[in-house]
Amino acid sequence: VLSFRAVESQSEGQCVPVDSLWRRYSEFELLRNYLSITYPHIVVPPLPEKRADFVWHKLSADNMDPDFVERRRIGLENFLLRVASHPVLCQDKIFYSFLTQEGGWKEMVNETGFQLKADSRLKALNATFRVKNPDKRFTELKHYSDELQSVISHLLRVRARVADRLYGVYKVHGNYGRVFSEWSAIEKEMGDGLQSAGHHMDVYAASIDDILEEEEHYADQLKEYLFYAEALRAVCRKHELMQYDLEMAAQDLTSKKQQCEELATGTVRTFSLKGMTSKLFGQETPEQREAKIKVLEEQIQEGEEQLKSKNLEGRDFVKSAWADIERFKEQKNHDLKEALISYAVMQISMCKKGIQVWTNAKECFSKM
Amino acid sequence: DTSLAEVNSFLPSVPLSPSSMTNQYKFEDEPELRDLFITVDDPESHITAIETFITYRVVTKTSRGEFDSSEYEVRRRYQDFLWLKSRLEEAHPTLIIPPLPEKFIMKGMVERFSDEFIETRRKALHKFLNRIADHPTLTFNEDFKIFLTAQAWELSSHKKQGPSLLSRMGQTVRAVASSVRGGAKNRPEMFTEMNEYMETFSQKINVLDKIAHRIYKEERDYFNEMKEYGPIHTLWSASEEDIADSLKGVASCIDKCCKATEKRMAGLSENLLPILHEYVLYSEILMGVLKRRDQIQGELDSKVDALASKKTEKDLFSEEIGKLEDKVECANNALKADWDRWKKNMQCDMRSTFINVAENNLHYYEE
Repeated sequence: VLSFRAVESQSEGQCVPVDSLWRRYSEFELLRNYLSITYPHIVVPPLPEKRADFVWHKLSADNMDPDFVERRRIGLENFLLRVASHPVLCQDKIFYSFLTQEGGWKEMVNETGFQLKADSRLKALNATFRVKNPDKRFTELKHYSDELQSVISHLLRVRARVADRLYGVYKVHGNYGRVFSEWSAIEKEMGDGLQSAGHHMDVYAASIDDILEEEEHYADQLKEYLFYAEALRAVCRKHELMQYDLEMAAQDLTSKKQQCEELATGTVRTFSLKGMTSKLFGQETPEQREAKIKVLEEQIQEGEEQLKSKNLEGRDFVKSAWADIERFKEQKNHDLKEALISYAVMQISMCKKGIQVWTNAKECFSKM
Repeated sequence: DTSLAEVNSFLPSVPLSPSSMTNQYKFEDEPELRDLFITVDDPESHITAIETFITYRVVTKTSRGEFDSSEYEVRRRYQDFLWLKSRLEEAHPTLIIPPLPEKFIMKGMVERFSDEFIETRRKALHKFLNRIADHPTLTFNEDFKIFLTAQAWELSSHKKQGPSLLSRMGQTVRAVASSVRGGAKNRPEMFTEMNEYMETFSQKINVLDKIAHRIYKEERDYFNEMKEYGPIHTLWSASEEDIADSLKGVASCIDKCCKATEKRMAGLSENLLPILHEYVLYSEILMGVLKRRDQIQGELDSKVDALASKKTEKDLFSEEIGKLEDKVECANNALKADWDRWKKNMQCDMRSTFINVAENNLHYYEE
């Protein structure tokens, strides 16, 4: 069981007393679930991975490994910072109490009743349905998020393999150190040169540990956007769901209107079981018909109001979702560019170290 | 006793003219004083009813008087090189004859006639002949000259003239027998030191050879993964707008790193690996040379022991012993001088090869 300390010094527009309390990973998960359900139009920042994934051989896949724990701690901190710097999410009361209220926070979250919405939403999100008039922008965005997920996970897998191989190259050079040292013992003129060159080979072999440790942070930055892609996809799916809902409601309304019209004019345009039975067993009385029409008219009115509000809801959703998506796009482009730059800087630094070591080694070899 | 005569011509106790001494000394360091240039190239395969084999073209250019012409071009097969090596070993039992590439390589799936195998062998054969050419004594060996100049039929008839297989086997048997009898007993300190040195050197050079091969393998595996790494970034850039250029930039850099890795690998396989392998073979050769010296000593020691037990026929024995003592002294001196030469060369080779490794790595990181 690991707990993390949430220490928040300041959030947007509010003065928060410096406070610290302990939170488990599961509580972070609860917070995120709550935010996702409560703000379906927002691309909610993701949590760091629960289990170590994309490991190469030296990194342990053990969740208790201190390096993994440290990296997860940084990831959780990053999550809170993301939420705190989001114009909408940072105002949320549950988020605020996550940071400030030690006891009873879980109960507070559950009291909001978000779980009910969560269960039905989850079922719907996972169901397959076809939207007749999909919003092209959202469809494109969904494709993009799929592509992003696929390409980043491929990249992370290959990067892990490359790291593994690089580790091998560096570490085998360490064997030179030992052999050079033993060989130098039997040599007179060559001895010193060999010995000191061997020392540099040891330095070279050892340098890879720090280099790859740094690279893990780059991998974590990519992982964040791997998980962000999922959040993006979720927003698209929610919109799809809303759209489907809307279409179903409209369809329902149309069919009721038709039924009403048929009853009123007595013409049967569409085949219906009722129509058949009435033909077979005799038509209904005018009173019965009047009653039915009245019920339908009430339903139609309800339906029209519902449709209106659903349309409004949909338009609002689209507006605020796109606002957040634009914000997210800018953030993503900025962050990924920075990450690529830092990766390049890391590579340059690695090469500089390599140049230094081999320059020294060359000098030693020259003295042989 | 031709072996004795040839060794005699190299006795350091005989005063050498200053110019010939400088010639000897500078043979390796100053190629401008070289007067014999040999190349081995152009492998060709020959298919007969019985076998398939490869011949290599051996081109010799020389200004030496004892050669009838200044340029020769002959074709030789691996068997011919083996013959030359054994002739040199017979003629100069305590000189360090350079190693030949192995007959075949058991490890790995290198086919007997794969391009890689043939090229590695060709380079090693080239090295072999040049090392002989650079050697102050071996370069004037008659069989060497014939090897470089004779046409195919001339060479085969000359080969048949050498001591018969049977008599050579007899020599070997006697040599083995005498080694059983000893020779290490009265071994001068210097050669015991050489033996100890060679045992350790042999160990270390074998380990180095393994390490170098391992590094090559790890680099190749790294290269294979890197090949896949760059294109992923290009693929990603197709989905992006803003960061597409950055991603493409990273992809092209990774590809450049791939090329640099290929260069580094080539550097290893062209320079370090062949040299280390040559010295692995050298260490075996040197152990063999030290053993032969011990055998020669052993012959002397056993005759001396025999003399001690037989009081009669003293005169006969003492002449024989005198000859053997000379033989031992010549052998020892030849070995000592050649050993010093070998050590200097080894140092030079190791130095330049490891500097080359360092430089390759510097270029790699700079790129």
